[in-house]
Amino acid sequence: MRLQASIFAGILAAATVAASALPAAAQDSIYVPLFTYRTGPFSGSGIFIAEGMHDYLEMLNQRDGGIGGVKLAIEECETGYDTKKGLECYEQVKNKKPVMVNPWSTGITLPLIPRASVDKIPVLSMAYGLSASAIGDTFPWIFNPPATYWDGLSMILTYIGNKEGGLDKLKGKTLGYIYLDAGFGKEPIPLFEQFAKDYGFTLKLYPVAATEMQNQTSQWLNVRRDRPNYMVLYGWGALNPTAIKEAAKINYPMDKFISIWWPSEDDARSAGAAAKGFKELNWHAVGANFPVMQDIKKYVVDKSLTQTDKAHLGEVLYNRGVYNSMLIAEAIRNAQKITGKKVVTGEDVRRGLETLDVDKARLKEIGMDGFTDPVKLTCADHNGHFPAFMQEWDGTKWVKISEPIKPMEDKVGPLLTAAAKEYVEKNSGWPKRTEACDKSS
Amino acid sequence: MFYREAGQFKTSYLADQSVFPILQDRIGLALILAVAFVLIPFGASDFFLSVVMVPFLIFALAAIGLNILTGYTGLLSLGTGGFMGVGAFACYKLTTLFPGVNIVVWILVAGLFSSGVGLLFGLPSLRIKGFYLAVATLAAQFFLDWCFVRVPWLVNYNVSGAIEVPTRTLLGIPVTGPNATPQFRYLVILSIVALLTWFASNLVHGRIGRSWMAVRDMDLAAELIGIKLYRTKLLAFAVSSYYCGVAGALMVFLWYGSAEPAVFGIDQSFLILFMVIIGGLGSLIGSFFGAALIYGLPIFMRSAVTALGWDIVPSTVEHLTFMTVGGLIIFFLIIEPNGLARLWQIGKQKMRVWPYPY
Repeated sequence: MRLQASIFAGILAAATVAASALPAAAQDSIYVPLFTYRTGPFSGSGIFIAEGMHDYLEMLNQRDGGIGGVKLAIEECETGYDTKKGLECYEQVKNKKPVMVNPWSTGITLPLIPRASVDKIPVLSMAYGLSASAIGDTFPWIFNPPATYWDGLSMILTYIGNKEGGLDKLKGKTLGYIYLDAGFGKEPIPLFEQFAKDYGFTLKLYPVAATEMQNQTSQWLNVRRDRPNYMVLYGWGALNPTAIKEAAKINYPMDKFISIWWPSEDDARSAGAAAKGFKELNWHAVGANFPVMQDIKKYVVDKSLTQTDKAHLGEVLYNRGVYNSMLIAEAIRNAQKITGKKVVTGEDVRRGLETLDVDKARLKEIGMDGFTDPVKLTCADHNGHFPAFMQEWDGTKWVKISEPIKPMEDKVGPLLTAAAKEYVEKNSGWPKRTEACDKSS
Repeated sequence: MFYREAGQFKTSYLADQSVFPILQDRIGLALILAVAFVLIPFGASDFFLSVVMVPFLIFALAAIGLNILTGYTGLLSLGTGGFMGVGAFACYKLTTLFPGVNIVVWILVAGLFSSGVGLLFGLPSLRIKGFYLAVATLAAQFFLDWCFVRVPWLVNYNVSGAIEVPTRTLLGIPVTGPNATPQFRYLVILSIVALLTWFASNLVHGRIGRSWMAVRDMDLAAELIGIKLYRTKLLAFAVSSYYCGVAGALMVFLWYGSAEPAVFGIDQSFLILFMVIIGGLGSLIGSFFGAALIYGLPIFMRSAVTALGWDIVPSTVEHLTFMTVGGLIIFFLIIEPNGLARLWQIGKQKMRVWPYPY
């Protein structure tokens, strides 16, 4: 009969059901899933992030036995920067009670935003994601420290203004914006257009489709024709090295080419010596000369407990991953402090993130003295809008060339509030905030 | 021995012409429906429902759509992803313009928009065939891709170019949005897929389906015996795009909850095409088999690695999955070019004469 088929289907179903069954919920560990991508067109950037994130948390497990004595159960889920796979990863980890998710893709973050409050899992989209989620009262479950994409753009504008001798000097000039034609790249466009109106410059847009990232000849030919005074880059994955190479090919002045905080050493190195002068924002140090990095080397890399290439320690995106994991760890520790529990849940870590206060003393304690600046979040402000400095590629490494640049709060703030309001209006039935606000410790 | 129809006599022509003449087939179908409607929603985990069954059904529906076009009518099409996108975006615009109307109604209506677009891009089929038609539908795919990105009206002027699905209810229970339970979503999708599969089955077993197959087998002969090629081919495009459009709308509204244009790219078209080819061209059950294999295999592999406790990093599993799926596609095309449906047919035939080999 259909016996054969039924048996086969039954086995397949049983196998998948059994395999997807919850693991023996270890009540003595905190589950931290990492949405990473070591494959696909964005792996050029994703590998460093994945390594940094994994190594810092693993170091805590090895050196301190976890956080507050509770080990962290770290699990990577391969998303390939693909929204589909990202959502699949989310469904997979949802039932294992993660304390937070780090999607590492604006495209994956956007669909998770409405789910976070229903599933009670906070989303930490560090320096990416929906800029408007900085408004904590509208998005109680979403966090994006230390600065939004809009803050970043305003910092780049400020830097350009300083170089020109004043933002009013931009009148009549042309600014080019080359970006990934996806959620992440389109994020700052409304702000950019607002700036263009306010300061009188012309904005030229050069979108790059994700499928055509390594094929930017047409965009850069347009750049050569338009000759913008400055080029701003919001790229990720294979977009960055190709953009830098193409810019070098058309002899675009590298010192006028400024990027948001994503390009890595590999991206700049791909254009060789011609990439000298390329700039990007950053908010933490590069290099492995910090106690925390040495600990990672000692407890994780040297013991071969990771896939990390030894040479990657200290690279800018590796350190970025370490910073992200530091936020995760501090949030969990904070949650343990507030609730008094050892094995914290997503709701507890949400409170931990909301009252996050990593000051200079604490940075010194965790071995990050001089690595980065303090970060503090509040109930209303899930971002902090902290300044970032400009660093320049000198041919072999990133060199800090400016003091931390403050974002233009007066311009960005009102726009963020308006964007949050618009989000609520567009999504009828958006829940009003019911989560209480803890007073910061 | 198990599958014989000895003793089953038909007493009317109607009974003899039925789609499932053998009693065992009917019992089996009833069993499968019972398992699908009753056992799975109440017995399976949330993960199984949201990550395995829901996408499987949606892809099976899209595969049925493409099968009607490529398998039954022989018109190779690479525009499936684009047509799914038209359905999804049409449903989005309809539900944001008329939020009071039931979302299931809009999902079924959105397919009509997809149908219209499919009709438009199917017009070249009257003049060109085979690979050239594939290129014409490829143009449709890229054009629609471009539309989804560059026409801000479609996403209601959302800056990030992505659409967020608003919460809609069916009989008072939320069916879209984050509050919808996997069980309810699964049941709604299953009902829609079962209904549309029944439609498709009736279509392909009837006059229209036979005219499609005649066009596929030798369109000149079909024309000579009086089948109007014009109407038949365009009807195939229309019906196929309807199915793809409904699948696209279901995908965005009842599965992802959001969509960015990249979801309906050329990769999606190829994925559905692989499902149809592996499952079996010109077979409805083949669409289901193909969807289960192509979509389910990577998930099964990932779960198997975790369940068996092998210490393989996820990125390596990803690479292995690619290799295995590719290898399986080649394997099936060598072993059984007619796909899994043919293997199923052979299996049933063997069951009839078991324990004898022939």
